[in-house]
Amino acid sequence: MKFVKMALDWFNDRTGLIDMLDPMVKHPVPPDTGWMYVFGSAVLISFVLQIITGIFLATMYVPSSSEAYQSLEFITNSATLGSFLRGMHYWGASAMILFLGVHMIRVFLTGSYKFPREMSWLSGVVLLFLTVGMGFTGQTLRWDQNAIWSIIVGAEQAGRVPFIGQWVARLVLAGGTLSSVTLSRFFVLHVFVLSGLIIATLSFHLYLVLRNGISEPPVPGRRVKIPEYRDFYKRLLEKRGVPFWPHAAWRDAVFGFVVLAGIMLLAWLVGPPVIGKPPNPTIIQAEPRPDWYLLWYFAVLALLPHGAEKWVIVFGPLVVIVVLLLLPFVFPGGERNARRRPWAVAIVLTIVVSVAVLWRAGITAHWSPDFNAEALPKEVIGVTSGPVYLGSQLFANKGCIYCHAIAGRGGHRGPDLTTVGDRLTEQQMIIRVTNGGYNMPGFGSILSSTELKQVVAFLQSRQAPE
Amino acid sequence: MVPDADFLVKPVKTSRRGFLSFLSVATGIVGSIVVAIPVVGFFLAPVFKKPPGTWQVVGAVQDFEVGKIVEVEIEDSSTVPWTGVTAKTGAWLHRKSDSEFVAFTLNCSHLGCPVRWEAGAQLFMCPCHGGVYYIDGVVAAGPPPRPLQQYPARVRNGKVQVRSSPIPISS
Repeated sequence: MKFVKMALDWFNDRTGLIDMLDPMVKHPVPPDTGWMYVFGSAVLISFVLQIITGIFLATMYVPSSSEAYQSLEFITNSATLGSFLRGMHYWGASAMILFLGVHMIRVFLTGSYKFPREMSWLSGVVLLFLTVGMGFTGQTLRWDQNAIWSIIVGAEQAGRVPFIGQWVARLVLAGGTLSSVTLSRFFVLHVFVLSGLIIATLSFHLYLVLRNGISEPPVPGRRVKIPEYRDFYKRLLEKRGVPFWPHAAWRDAVFGFVVLAGIMLLAWLVGPPVIGKPPNPTIIQAEPRPDWYLLWYFAVLALLPHGAEKWVIVFGPLVVIVVLLLLPFVFPGGERNARRRPWAVAIVLTIVVSVAVLWRAGITAHWSPDFNAEALPKEVIGVTSGPVYLGSQLFANKGCIYCHAIAGRGGHRGPDLTTVGDRLTEQQMIIRVTNGGYNMPGFGSILSSTELKQVVAFLQSRQAPE
Repeated sequence: MVPDADFLVKPVKTSRRGFLSFLSVATGIVGSIVVAIPVVGFFLAPVFKKPPGTWQVVGAVQDFEVGKIVEVEIEDSSTVPWTGVTAKTGAWLHRKSDSEFVAFTLNCSHLGCPVRWEAGAQLFMCPCHGGVYYIDGVVAAGPPPRPLQQYPARVRNGKVQVRSSPIPISS
C-alpha cells in the first residue's frame, strides 16, 4: 500500500491530475437526490459500453459492401463470443435510448431545465438526436436486406425536403444508387462523426453539471426566481450539500451495475438482432422495418392522411427540435414540482401513451398486406362448389385476403369481412369492389362480370350465424 | 484638408499586437478554407455527378410472354467496382405486345420499398405501407403520390434491353 501511495503521490506531483480531479469527484451536491437522478449516469454507462463493444466489433467488421454481410455473419456465427458481443452492442444501444428518454422525462417533470441549466437541456436535446442517429446508422451497418431498404426509405424521406430534396437524397445514398460508398459513409458517420460529436457534447454536458450543479429535488411552492436562485443554491450546498463521491455516486454505481447486468442478460438470453437476407436489391421479398425505437415513427408514416406526409416528414422533426430548444427560454423560472405543473404531467403522459400506441401499431403493422395469408379452408367457406365457392377462390387469388380477414384468417389493412353480408347489400358490394376506395384498388378492370358476381356471392354469404 | 481625409496622408496606426492578432486569425481562416475546399468537394462530388446509365440486355424477346410481368436483373452502372451483390437491381418487365416492353422500377413511389407483382391480382403491392398500383403502374390505392417510375426499355437485335438509372426519389 505504501508503494502504491508513493507512486500516486509521484504521479500527482508530476501531472497534477489527482489534484485537478479530486474536487470534481467530491463536488457538493444537494441532499436527498434519490433514485430519480440515476438515469443520466445509466446513459453514460451504456455509451461507454457501446464504445468498448463497438471498438472490438470493428476489429472484425469489414465496412465494404461486398464483404460487410459476410463479416457480420462470421462475427455472429463463428467468432468466439461474437454473437454475445453483438448482443451487448444492440441491447446497449437500446438501453442508451431508453434511459435517455427516461432521463429527459425526469428533467422535464422536475423542471431541471430551468435557470441556470438551460444549456444542459440544450446539449441534452442535441445528445438525443445524435443518439437516435447512432441507432439508425448502426442498423444500416448490418448491411442486410433490411438495412439497404431502410437506407432507400431514408433517402426517399430526404427527397421530400423542398427545393434541394434530390440533392439531399443523393447525399444520403452517396450518389444515384446504393454502393459501397454508401456503406462507407454510414460507417464513418457511426464510428467517427456521431461518436465524436456525442463524446464532445457529453463532455460539455458533464462540464455544465459541475459548473451549475445538479438541480435540487423540487419542493412544491419553491419557485425558481432567476435573480435569487444562484445565492439560494449556493447556501443550500453550504448548509446541506454532500460530496458527490460517495454519497450520491453509490446509487449511480449500483444502478449502472444493474443496467450492465440487464444488457448482458439480454445479450445472453435474446442475443443480437437477426441478420436478414443478403443485401441484394433484386430480392423483393423484403419488409423493411426500423429497429424498435423508431417503430412508432414507421407507424406515423403509415397512418398519415394523404397530403400531410411531406409536411410531417420535413417539418415534423423541425417543429420538435424548435419546441425542445425553446422550452427553457419560454419557461426559465417558476414552479418546478410536478404536482404544481399539471400541464407538464399531461404533456408527458400524452407523449408516452401516443408513442406506446404507435409503437404497438408499428409492431403489428396492420396496414401492410399479409402476403403469407393462405386461402380459406372449407370449414370457413361452408360449401365446396358453386358461385360462393368460386368467389372464395377469387377472394384468395385476387389478393383480397392479403388485406381483409375472414374468421380470423387474412390481413388487417382493410375491414374484417367475417360478417360483411350483414352490413352491405349486393349492390353496395358491387360498387365497392368495382370502384375501390382510398386504400382499396378498384377491381372493375381486373374482374370479369362473372367473377365479380362470384366474389359478391361469396361476400354475401359471410353472415353471422343466427 | 478635411479631417475625414486624414487617412490619405497619415499612415494608419496599427499596433504590433493588433497586427499579430489579425495575422493569426486571417491565416487560420484562409488555412481552413484551403483545407475545406478539397474535403467538401470530395464529399459532395457524388451528389452532383450525373450517373452514367447503360443499356443492359435482360433476355431474348422470346424469353418473355406477351401480357406477363416478370422480374429482371440489371447492374447499377454508377456504382463502384467493389460494391458486390448490392450493385444489382431489379425491374418489373411487362411485355405488352410483340414488340412493346415496359420496365417498372421496384421502388414504391411512396417511400421506396420494393413492390411485388401479384400475378393473380394483377396488381403491384408494397409491403411497407400498403401502396397498390395497377398493371400500368398507375396508383390504385394507398399512400403513393405518383405512378411507378419506369426504366427506358427497348428491343435491339432480338434482345430486350433496359437502361439502368438512379433510384427514383419522389420529391
